[in-house]
Amino acid sequence: MKFSPGQKVKVKMGEPQGHVRTPTYVRGKEGWVERVHGEFRNPESLAYGGNGLPREPLYMVGFRQQDLWQARYAESPSDNLYIDLYEHWLEGVPNA
Amino acid sequence: MGGRPTSEQLNLAEHALADWEVVTDAVSVALGAKGLRTTDELRRAMEDMPADEYLALSYYERWARGTEQLLVEKGVLTRDEIDRKMAELEPTWEVS
Repeated sequence: MKFSPGQKVKVKMGEPQGHVRTPTYVRGKEGWVERVHGEFRNPESLAYGGNGLPREPLYMVGFRQQDLWQARYAESPSDNLYIDLYEHWLEGVPNA
Repeated sequence: MGGRPTSEQLNLAEHALADWEVVTDAVSVALGAKGLRTTDELRRAMEDMPADEYLALSYYERWARGTEQLLVEKGVLTRDEIDRKMAELEPTWEVS
């Protein structure tokens, strides 16, 4: 388990081939670990009939909606988006 | 394809499910219970569609299309068998 709640993280960029559960709109964005869900089989392998092993840590990651959509987000600036992301999509960011 | 900008108005109205949509869901869940498809496989099969086709289909049309692809992939049914059954059933549909 690389990250713990409260820690800042950044989603990796990239357009890998195949099935991934990391939407384009969060790639390259910074957020924080809201919760650690535990370890789960990897959907990127399960999607092709694989066994999804080894299990990988899954985190609930929070983002500010305004960080995701910039000026196009016209709702409250305090709105957040929470999404589940697997560890290999995340990199650490030094806490300011 | 989530997160792409659009100027289209989103339809947020609740709507009742048609019978074929309920059946599509039931068939998919039954196949899962028999170990013939996983959620990640179905998602991947739907994402395999060309973008214009994906966007032209409704939610459960994508499920049906993805389920069909998985059954063919896994050798449970052939395209011929599906097409033959469709041709057989088509005259019984009460649609013009």
